[in-house]
Amino acid sequence: MGRSLQVGDKVVLERQHLQQLLDVLSKRGYRILGPTVRDQAIMYDEVRSLEDLPAGWTDEQNAGTYRLKKRADNALFGYVVGPHSWKKFLLQPEVRLWQAKSDETGLKTVESKEETPRSAFIGVRSCELHAMAVQDKVFMAGEYVDQFYKSRRENLFVVAANCVQAGGTCFCTSMNTGPKATFGFDLAMTEVISTGRHYFVAEAGTEIGVAVLGEVTHREASEEEKAVADSAVDTCSRQMGKTLNTAQIKELLYRNYENPRWEDAASRCLTCGNCTMVCPTCFCTTVEDYTDLSGQLAERRRRMDVCFTMDFSYIHGGSIRYSPKARYRQWVTHKLATWIDQFGVSGCVGCGRCITWCPVAIDITEEARAIRESELSHKSAT
Amino acid sequence: METLEPILAKHPFLKGLEPRHLKILVGCASNVRFNAGHFLFHEGEEANEFYMIREGKVAVQIQGGERGPIIVQTVGEGEVLGWSWLIPPYRWRFDASALELTRAIALDGKCLRMKSEEDHDLGYELLKRFAGIIVERLEAARLQLLDVYKSRP
Amino acid sequence: MEDEEDMIANPMLTHSYVVKRVQQETYDTFTIELEPKNKAQAFSFAPGQFNMLYVFGVGEVPISICGDPSKPETLLHTTRAVGTVTNALRKLRRGDLVGVRGPFGTSWPVEEAKGHDVVIVTGGIGLPPLRPSLYQLLSKKQEYGKLVLLYGARTPEDIVYGQEIEQWRKRSDIAVDVTVDRATGQWRGNVGVVTTLIPKASFDPADTIAMIVGPEIMMRFTIAELQRRGLRDESIYISMERNMKCGLGFCGHCQFGPFFVCKDGPVFRYDRVKPFFGKGEI
Repeated sequence: MGRSLQVGDKVVLERQHLQQLLDVLSKRGYRILGPTVRDQAIMYDEVRSLEDLPAGWTDEQNAGTYRLKKRADNALFGYVVGPHSWKKFLLQPEVRLWQAKSDETGLKTVESKEETPRSAFIGVRSCELHAMAVQDKVFMAGEYVDQFYKSRRENLFVVAANCVQAGGTCFCTSMNTGPKATFGFDLAMTEVISTGRHYFVAEAGTEIGVAVLGEVTHREASEEEKAVADSAVDTCSRQMGKTLNTAQIKELLYRNYENPRWEDAASRCLTCGNCTMVCPTCFCTTVEDYTDLSGQLAERRRRMDVCFTMDFSYIHGGSIRYSPKARYRQWVTHKLATWIDQFGVSGCVGCGRCITWCPVAIDITEEARAIRESELSHKSAT
Repeated sequence: METLEPILAKHPFLKGLEPRHLKILVGCASNVRFNAGHFLFHEGEEANEFYMIREGKVAVQIQGGERGPIIVQTVGEGEVLGWSWLIPPYRWRFDASALELTRAIALDGKCLRMKSEEDHDLGYELLKRFAGIIVERLEAARLQLLDVYKSRP
Repeated sequence: MEDEEDMIANPMLTHSYVVKRVQQETYDTFTIELEPKNKAQAFSFAPGQFNMLYVFGVGEVPISICGDPSKPETLLHTTRAVGTVTNALRKLRRGDLVGVRGPFGTSWPVEEAKGHDVVIVTGGIGLPPLRPSLYQLLSKKQEYGKLVLLYGARTPEDIVYGQEIEQWRKRSDIAVDVTVDRATGQWRGNVGVVTTLIPKASFDPADTIAMIVGPEIMMRFTIAELQRRGLRDESIYISMERNMKCGLGFCGHCQFGPFFVCKDGPVFRYDRVKPFFGKGEI
């Protein structure tokens, strides 16, 4: 290359050189997390070599359906998203908030100072970048800052993978969250497989990204290579499995708290909470206080929680959201409407996980459509 | 002798009543007073009047509770007590006892029933006003039934 | 370990306070009086705010602060003993330790109400969260118009702060009216729901701020009655209650429509929450 590498420069990494990326990150002290195949699904786990990635696998997703299938080629990122999201490592399922001792002198808290590992996320999709930005708003933009989240979020190295094929439940284009990664990454890559070739068009998004990329064998991308990559992502944007009309959706849902469709959905909903667990933006937690058998040591822990449970909204003697209808309505209305008033953005990034992993195939895009259309039929009836 | 007309005319319950109807009511009205502890009426008695309370407090209560009478409502200054005179069998369903010295205008219900049969406009005006009171009491009673302050451990 | 910096670093950390007194108010309601371990550390709060109180190893609950904001040396909380933590609080004795996090939440419009009449309508255990306001209003009475306190309880035995209410009643600068839902023959006061006190209360609806706390049903009917008297929605303030785990806006439990009761509330101006208030199960 003529001049030194800069943010935004498009380069080509050959498939065989991608291992260097993992080695460079490892040497820099990052724990690398990325997609792997486990339990017949794409799960985020520790990745040490390219062999750990789901080479040659793809996913077939639809409402209530998820299957892994073998691909004709050996693509490393030829699938979309599985039941895991990156909140597994950022928000974490369980966190010890503090420990406290009780002795003659009183209550003494022992602050939890665990070592926060530096993590590198590989293969982050654009919708997931948006989801992380959404949770950043929840945990870092208010009066209080969640230090547990913040310390993991900082020093994070993000390698994004632009989607070149859309999933059966994807609707990122409806939510303006993809498929092309436009922010929030240190490196972004588009995988290209063509006759006899397997390469990645990559760019750095930050100075650290530039530094890391600099240590991996690369060359400047040609115009044709850039075009092929862009075209693949563009094609993907027209393959979305689902769509969601977001026009005035906040006002739509605020108007429709009493729409009979909620009861209809509730008759199908098991209130199992799968949707909240797989959703990359759901952030609700509960706080639990423990004590050891001696009663001398107490601990407070935070655990991910689910708004579909009977006692999520419990206050003296009963739950505010007693019926399944109220709880289903709460989840959807929060995700698509009240979230906007709370954080200035939608809570939904169009990843489709909730549709895929609902055991009874409830589709949030369908429910929103039904509510919107129920207003039209009312109008035409009058 | 000063008639009760100016007092009745001022009472919010009779606001908007035509002068000719007001005169009929004045004809059926009398000043009454009850010392604390005295009963205005007892459950089961014939209900032939209603009261517009001018001063004091009356307890609407019922006997037979475990610890003496149970008060279900108190009626005070500016309020109206008694509608059993309107509907057959014209019998009081509750006791009413003065909690403190109470002054009121008693209106002869039997007389007003007769006059209302003759003058339906008068009857309509009275029924309209009593309907309002009954609705108010019903809503309040329902709220009481809900027992909203109950502790639910 | 327990200073300001740590609180900022980890707002889930609790501060130790010492129990001065636990006093029974009614058969199921009690007041716990706390003071900081370090006497120099005064606790300042605005009326309407709440603390998260922690009993070692048992758990944490949100309770409104009910003392006088101008007397920060003692921290008062009145609550019902209805669950594990509140029952544990009730059993504490002088010298025991309680963890305190707070104060959290929004406060009553005591400043905005200056120059206006103020009507306070509360029911049951709703009086404690409003008592700090009453103290402030009474201490600067000349800056307000008429003051009215309307209080409803289940039975005479459920009346909280009974003696204090009688003292307020004796004052000439505040009109106090109390009612119970039902009473035995010994009660000489009003019987009937608290809404029945509103038509008789003396205040100028065109120039009044109302502050209401109570069960949601009671608040709804109270608002309807106040509206009937001519109050505008922007003049009515309520205090909401929801399940709380963190008090910081992170756990998501206290959501009420788009609002987090822990940080957008618990005090809300009625017109702002009207679309969500009164709809079931929100």
